[in-house]
Amino acid sequence: MDGTQIAMPPGKAVRLRVDRDGAIKRLFMVVIGLYLVIALALPLYAMMSRSLVTYSFDLTRYEFQVSDEAGNWGEPVSAAELNARLGRFAPTDLRTNTNGRLSATDFFPDFSFRSPVKYRLRGTTDNAPWLVGLDLKNTTAWQEYDSNTFRRVNLRPVASQGLQNYAEYFSNPALFSSIENSIFIATVSTVLTVVLAFGFAYAINRSCMPFKGSFRLVAMMPILVPSLLPGIALIYLFGNQGMLKEMLGGQSIYGPLGIVIGSVFFTFPHAFIIISTALSLADQRQYEAAESLRASKWRTFWIVTIPGARYGLISAAFVTFTLVITDFGLPKVIGGQYNVLAIDIYKQVIGQQNFEMGAVVSMILLIPAVVAFAVDRQMQKKQVSLLSARSVPFEPRPNRRFEMFCLAWCGAIAVFIMGIILVCQYAALVKFWPYDLSLSLNNYDFNRMDGGGWASYWNSIEMAALTAVIGTVVVFTGAYMVEKVDGFAAGRNVFQFLAMLPMAIPGMVLGLAYIFFFNNPANPLNAIYGTMAILVVSTVTHFYTVGHLTALTALKQIDAEFEPVASSLRQPFYRLFARVTVPVCLPAILDISIYLFVNAMTTVSAVVFLYSTQTTLASIAVLNMDDAGDIAPAAAMGMMIFYTNAVARILHAVVTRRVLVRTQAWRRR
Amino acid sequence: MNAAGGAEAATPLDARPGPREREPYLRISNLWKAFGDFVALRDVSLEIEQGEFVCFLGPSGCGKTTLLRAIAGLDPQSRGTIEQAGVDISTLPASRRDYGIVFQSYALFPNLTVRDNIAFGLENTRRPRREIDARVAELLQLVGLPEQARKYPTQLSGGQQQRIALARAIAIKPGLLLLDEPLSALDAKVRVHLRHEIKELQRKLGVTTIMVTHDQEEALSMADRIVVMNHGVIEQVGTPTEVYRHPATLFVADFVGETNKFESVLRDGNVRIGDVALQASTGAIAEGKPVTVAVRPEDILPHPAAHADDGQPNVFRVQIEDMEFLGSYWRTHLRAAALRGAPLVSNFSMNAVRRLGLETGREISVELPAERVLVFPREG
Repeated sequence: MDGTQIAMPPGKAVRLRVDRDGAIKRLFMVVIGLYLVIALALPLYAMMSRSLVTYSFDLTRYEFQVSDEAGNWGEPVSAAELNARLGRFAPTDLRTNTNGRLSATDFFPDFSFRSPVKYRLRGTTDNAPWLVGLDLKNTTAWQEYDSNTFRRVNLRPVASQGLQNYAEYFSNPALFSSIENSIFIATVSTVLTVVLAFGFAYAINRSCMPFKGSFRLVAMMPILVPSLLPGIALIYLFGNQGMLKEMLGGQSIYGPLGIVIGSVFFTFPHAFIIISTALSLADQRQYEAAESLRASKWRTFWIVTIPGARYGLISAAFVTFTLVITDFGLPKVIGGQYNVLAIDIYKQVIGQQNFEMGAVVSMILLIPAVVAFAVDRQMQKKQVSLLSARSVPFEPRPNRRFEMFCLAWCGAIAVFIMGIILVCQYAALVKFWPYDLSLSLNNYDFNRMDGGGWASYWNSIEMAALTAVIGTVVVFTGAYMVEKVDGFAAGRNVFQFLAMLPMAIPGMVLGLAYIFFFNNPANPLNAIYGTMAILVVSTVTHFYTVGHLTALTALKQIDAEFEPVASSLRQPFYRLFARVTVPVCLPAILDISIYLFVNAMTTVSAVVFLYSTQTTLASIAVLNMDDAGDIAPAAAMGMMIFYTNAVARILHAVVTRRVLVRTQAWRRR
Repeated sequence: MNAAGGAEAATPLDARPGPREREPYLRISNLWKAFGDFVALRDVSLEIEQGEFVCFLGPSGCGKTTLLRAIAGLDPQSRGTIEQAGVDISTLPASRRDYGIVFQSYALFPNLTVRDNIAFGLENTRRPRREIDARVAELLQLVGLPEQARKYPTQLSGGQQQRIALARAIAIKPGLLLLDEPLSALDAKVRVHLRHEIKELQRKLGVTTIMVTHDQEEALSMADRIVVMNHGVIEQVGTPTEVYRHPATLFVADFVGETNKFESVLRDGNVRIGDVALQASTGAIAEGKPVTVAVRPEDILPHPAAHADDGQPNVFRVQIEDMEFLGSYWRTHLRAAALRGAPLVSNFSMNAVRRLGLETGREISVELPAERVLVFPREG
């Protein structure tokens, strides 16, 4: 039989007709795919192309004609020629940004707005814009102005593509030094955080130390506050009027020191979760083997423990590095004059309105984030392959001295974390530090401060709730389409790529990309700019990936044959989705929603570019009040975020438990 | 959506014509399936009669599951057509086809009770609840689990779960029942029991059934016809006895049951192995062709030593090297000088061993009946 190797007849592969079910699935996927394209791919593309745009005044495009006082017109002369004659502008002077304006009178040294001399101006190409007051002109027909009008004539730059922005960036030592600063800060913070978190996770997973549950809880607390909150606490502790200022021995907390300490605080839970997961996968048998070979404890640690946790350690290091290098809140609050990349973006965009340069810095900030993301994904894959081995879970043995050491290590870290939060709480309640130490709730009277008042807080609640609800629906449905829809493979791969992408995009970069994309008047979606909608969209997108991965993990655990069974029973997929998939995945769905809620409450980076006066947020208010010198109210608002998130977490735990009892009765055998 | 119409369209069981009608119920013509460069199905054609129980049998990767999934519309074939009940269903999506399916994993919905699992295909069809409940009760009775309606799948044993999955699949009275390795995840004892039950149920319902399995015993004991597949090709289609007694290819002989194999060349209608010339049923193989000779262990008949038939064709002397007691028979390893030391494995019944006093080290005669000496052309 094998001798008759005939080839498959030519022709097109059989394709199944698409029924209504299939059509709805595809429609869903297209809609959610379109969401990611609009909320992610297009803005990023807009930013990338914007970083390549340079603006300059092209003087060859304009021609002037001047009359004498009697009204007799002279010869037409190009602006370039006038400039050459006068030696007025060097070529570098003609480089500018989108907002550049060049007064036409600069080419006429003897210009006087009272003179009867008249001026004519025209373009020599069809792209030679100029402004008369606020009116934009762009024509090759002569336009005549009297001298009083002519003084309001400004030439506008034209755009061209090129790498000049990058060249300029790298030739600017001040800007370039922030790359060094960013890398320095991120490296130091990463080493510290990973070492501290490893010890913490090791104590929790590998010792018989008491209070493990409480320590775990404390370790997660920094997730509930904005990253700039530790900055405020550090100012109270070590700032110019700090309680413990002397302890620094003359060192200033404003600058790298403050940023590093604050970064350790807010990245700690992230590193801890990753390392703890890696350490929890230990195989008792490996340790028994090491013991039977009479390896010393120290040697066992290096040849069994560390290799087993290495993927977790590497992954934690990269995640921490990315979080620090892309963080904007801390350097803003406590960085002083110490410039980092994220601050540069903010300064370029908000301070100098130089969007092109902001885009350039964003592109540079993307590099470490993308590398970290790629490495992390690689490590996660390897970690999974370790997980699949059937191993005997590790049982720690009591050892009094070791437990005391663990307790001391974890205790110190817990004191640090609790300390930061308690200092903030204290700062929020003290009437006027350091002169009037009586306690009051004055600082919670946000309506008397800048930053949007209580409205900001309610906006944040609204934004976080919307993000949690809409985001969970979008993320889970999207993950379902990727995991459970058959056919349409190319579309699914693109979708999967887009869903993983946000992890690699720093919030600042995303926010800036949104400005470029949504603030473009030519964009039909321009209407959402400055509304709550754009805040929700940007936040859902910013935190998309973790939710997506959570949903995928849950969906992968569901039998792949459910869909075939349902369609053989002639049931539409959405009935299966509603009656089986969603109920079975409910714990994961709740996890996604609380993750989105908490992050929406604390995020600063993406939304800082996107809020309007109607949609100020609590986290932004912290930033702005701190900026205005209202540090105590900033701490109070930060604590409001903390309470809210803590309540949300508790609520989540209660709801999850009740849901498990009610709808997951099947889990109990 | 189409659930109501589809369920109605399924032929009511009692109105269905009996088996072996002229027009086949399922006709598969020139089916190909390629995954990239790998061709999983190679020009497969097959007809299945109404009410038949057919097993797709073969080693893993032979294409049997691919064929089943093509019939179910889960992974469409690359080329070729499938007709069911006279209708071309080649391009119909799964939800428009008329079948019920049971998977190895059972795929029971874990958060729904047994009752809701079975009713899943019945609800959403504008059927009154009372009718659905009655049907569920009837199905539970049918699969022998009448008391389990309120339980969740995880509270049931594997065998019980499999029966619930079966009940769910036949709840909508499908024209075709597809079973994808339904018994593989079960214990040996439960498997044998359930084999019988599924077969009984199928006979009672008269539903045309296709079962995919890699277990030859399962196929032999359950199927009306077996489709033996290998490398994406159908090697043989036949009743269990046909497949076992008259394997069409060496692969079938080897895969279904056991064989002793020898290489030889066809001369004067005989095959020579060592010094022994065996008469064999050679069929249409040309003279002088290289062949493989296959003899099943149970087709080797023992005779007492110095038997009268010595010198007869297909009888020669062997030495008993080793005997393994396997309960109902003795697996006996023989070595024959005449075969130039080629080992020979035979299964001798308890009776024969006792009657002839067979034991290790004895020399006896064995007979290989000519019609049981299978000869297949050899490649190369």
